[in-house]
Amino acid sequence: MVDAFFSSGGGRDLSLKDKFLEFNWGFLLLLFAISSMGFAMLYSVADGSFDPWASRQMVRFAIGIVILFVAAFVDIRLWMNLAYPAYAGALVLLVAVEFIGFAGMGAQRWINLGIVQLQPSELMKITLILALARYFHGLTHEEVSRLRNLFVPAVLLGAPVALVLKQPDLGTAVLLGAVGVALLFLAGLAWRYFIIAGVGALAALPIAWNMLHDYQKRRVFTFLDPESDPLGAGYHILQSKIALGSGGLFGKGFMEGTQAHLNFLPEKHTDFIFTMLAEELGLAGGIALLGLYMMVLFFGISVSLQTRNQFGRLIAMGVTINFFLYICINVAMVMGLLPVVGVPLPLVSYGGTAMLTLMFGFGLLMSVYIHRNMEITRNPSAFW
Amino acid sequence: MLMDGKDNVRYKTFSRRAALIGGLQFAAFTALASRMYYLQIIKSGEYTMLAEENRINKRLLAPLRGEIVDRFGEVLVSNRQNFRVMLVPEQTPHIEATLEKLSRIVPLPDRQRARIIKDARTSPSFLPILVAENLDWETFAEVNIHEPDLPGIVPDVGDTRHYPYGPDLAHVVGYVAAVSEKDLEGKDDPLLKLPGFRIGKSGIERELDQELRGRAGASHVEVNAYGRVIRELAKDPGVPGAQVSLDMEVQKLATERLRGESASVVVMDIYNGDVISIVSAPGFDPNDFNIGISQKKWDALLNDPYNPLLNKSIAGQYPPGSTFKPVVALAAYESGMIDPNQKVFCTGKYSLGSHDFHCWKKHGHGAMNMHDAIMHSCDVYFYEVAKRIGIDRIEAMARRFGLGDTLGFEVPGEKKGFVPSQGWKRATRGEPWHQGETLIAGIGQGFLLTTPLQLAVMTARLANGGKAVTPRIVRKVGSELAQNGPLPDLGFSQSGLALMRKAMDSVSNVPGGTAYRSRITEAGMELAGKTGTAQVRRISRAERESGVLKNEDLEWRQRDHALFIAFAPVDAPRYAISVVVEHGSSGSGTAAPIARDVMKKVLERHPQREIAMRRSNEWREG
Repeated sequence: MVDAFFSSGGGRDLSLKDKFLEFNWGFLLLLFAISSMGFAMLYSVADGSFDPWASRQMVRFAIGIVILFVAAFVDIRLWMNLAYPAYAGALVLLVAVEFIGFAGMGAQRWINLGIVQLQPSELMKITLILALARYFHGLTHEEVSRLRNLFVPAVLLGAPVALVLKQPDLGTAVLLGAVGVALLFLAGLAWRYFIIAGVGALAALPIAWNMLHDYQKRRVFTFLDPESDPLGAGYHILQSKIALGSGGLFGKGFMEGTQAHLNFLPEKHTDFIFTMLAEELGLAGGIALLGLYMMVLFFGISVSLQTRNQFGRLIAMGVTINFFLYICINVAMVMGLLPVVGVPLPLVSYGGTAMLTLMFGFGLLMSVYIHRNMEITRNPSAFW
Repeated sequence: MLMDGKDNVRYKTFSRRAALIGGLQFAAFTALASRMYYLQIIKSGEYTMLAEENRINKRLLAPLRGEIVDRFGEVLVSNRQNFRVMLVPEQTPHIEATLEKLSRIVPLPDRQRARIIKDARTSPSFLPILVAENLDWETFAEVNIHEPDLPGIVPDVGDTRHYPYGPDLAHVVGYVAAVSEKDLEGKDDPLLKLPGFRIGKSGIERELDQELRGRAGASHVEVNAYGRVIRELAKDPGVPGAQVSLDMEVQKLATERLRGESASVVVMDIYNGDVISIVSAPGFDPNDFNIGISQKKWDALLNDPYNPLLNKSIAGQYPPGSTFKPVVALAAYESGMIDPNQKVFCTGKYSLGSHDFHCWKKHGHGAMNMHDAIMHSCDVYFYEVAKRIGIDRIEAMARRFGLGDTLGFEVPGEKKGFVPSQGWKRATRGEPWHQGETLIAGIGQGFLLTTPLQLAVMTARLANGGKAVTPRIVRKVGSELAQNGPLPDLGFSQSGLALMRKAMDSVSNVPGGTAYRSRITEAGMELAGKTGTAQVRRISRAERESGVLKNEDLEWRQRDHALFIAFAPVDAPRYAISVVVEHGSSGSGTAAPIARDVMKKVLERHPQREIAMRRSNEWREG
């Protein structure tokens, strides 16, 4: 039974040694490089001190690496079997946060599990990918586009999005929705569904608008015209743009950013850390970070293309897209291209849950990479 | 297990779509990079400027008020740290609660608290409001320690005016105090509106207020997003101070010698007019005015019979008494109507019509010529001389000596004194001039009024050969050195002046002279003086017959004023002094010893003065 659990779906088991040999160490170095830029910025935010942010972020990164290894060395088929239970667990937590969670930054997002404080919505980002990948792994190309087969993914996606929206956390809801939709797309769902959904979404926009909270509406207004209220809500976007612009090509120098250090920048250790980086290290520093990010994305996409099982392919792309969306939304936000939503810059922004879930996600990606040549039957749930 | 055909299709679809998403990601990154390029390269200049505007706050900081130093560089007025506590309303959730907590460290009377709360409501909430200032170090340190528990409370160190010599210089340097509504009228200096700004209200502080105040602007501070100053980037180097001609050593001695009296001392250089010491006693502490004087202290100053708020040296007006006699004598000498050798016989009284005029020496001086009459201060001689030459000649001579008008001294508040004339009396009182009034004018009494400064100038003009010297005290403002042109000659008879100087020499240095007891005995430092005892009450005939009351038996207000004027050294005069002691009873007994001590000090310090002067001249030429 146990043996079957681990080896369900066929394919040859890999030894620990094989896994070590297959592990992509270069990718780990890449993550370390990105995180290090984060450490440097957190050191700068604290006016040249590891305390309180940089040191803790380093500890989290170290823990994250452990998680990454564990996740990477777990057999991909085990992940497949764990996909639904993990999703169910995350969903339960997400419901629980409604009742026993506590508020941070004006939204009900946190749950206290004794020793750790957890954001179930972060966990959901990974488990949703697992669940959807698991589901679509079992469908043929034809089956994917059948209407009756859309019910399950619609529930898998809709439930967490609705719960997160209720918290309210628009940023995470958008991220979850976008990752889910991308997975549907990658799974091969016919184009017509996307066209219909697009038209439907446009039509529903006014209704959705009315359901937004006041502060969310204000953020959108502010985004549309930041200069309208330079001392009010638009202040953050304006100050962020000033910080970026004044950075110039090579920046004001490490720890020399006036906008950041004189507190004109809001949330500079979390959501606006990219602004600070670009102020102190300039366009060069910003592009360097984006370059490193792109290498991660490239790695993720190439893993997905090499992988010979649909579950792994979807996981790899899901993790990559999630990562990409984080970057894109955060950077676009600080440059005034998107409204201010609470999305951190992955691996760089200070924050425990985000760091750990990301590393977990990369662990899955690495697991996919290690098991990329493993072929898994479409319906491995025979034993289940 | 092999991939079947259906898997193949879905893998192909996946790969196609994954590539599409990858392409979109690349496009998105390109867009982000372009946006960065736009912001950081194309718009960089604009945003850099905005960032600087954010960071740099052109804050109106008062430049450090210029210091005032004496002739030797001794600091007379400086600035010291003012430990104060400010409140930034927006940084405290509850102002009253914060003030309540603060009041356990710094006492805050209800009135002050109400003022702070009112200020907090009316000014922008990020601007600091003054809560308390001039705290002592212990209190200030305690506020600093408790700062974390006092949200919005900002301990701050400012500058405040400091008068190290306190009362000794109160009248001459004056004081600064808060700007009043009246001060603001018609003025647009933005500095005046700074909270806690002080301006000169009296003395040199007032006269040189503009120069010492400096200009506003040009102070750049780096502020954070809350407007708190992070550091000062550039501050005006402060205002170059002013130098005055005073010698603090002499000033200290003079103040010491006047302690307990209501009196004045003025010492000046007879050639350039430099005032070396000018003391009006008693003084007050100018620091009180800077901090804000309490009602109790203010009332005490106002009700003090010695009138500490009056600058007696320039605004106290006294009959010159016998110190006026050299002026009358010179008028007589120049008139040609009196032969200085001609003698007048003094019996102790002089009759005019039915009225007797008495000499201070009850039984008379006997035969007196001009020299002896000055030396012994014989009143009868001067009754006779005054009657002969008439009031108008006396008036004209008095004016040439600088009496009866202000002298353009830099310390504000000079009074004119008064010199009567026939025309004046007719015009203002509609009465003819009486000859008796001429007689008492001849001994410096009656309508005549002079200030101690005028007496010093009078003495200086007598000693310097009749040059129209005027007093000055500001030597240097910033790097501008005050300059005197050649002094106009007053056209006095030089032989007449020589006679006066000789007579004053005798007053001090010949036995029998009225100030012989108060002479300077050091060779080369001898002074030549003239005593004066000005009567402030009318002596009735009955009292005269029963014996004039001694001053000791009179209440203070009724006693005679004691005066003394002198120049020194007698052979090569350089300095003139006037001493006036209100109700000091006797010029020779009270005023002359003070003059002697002060003048001796002046002469002892003369060589150093010369060195300092030569040095500053070299500096000026170089």
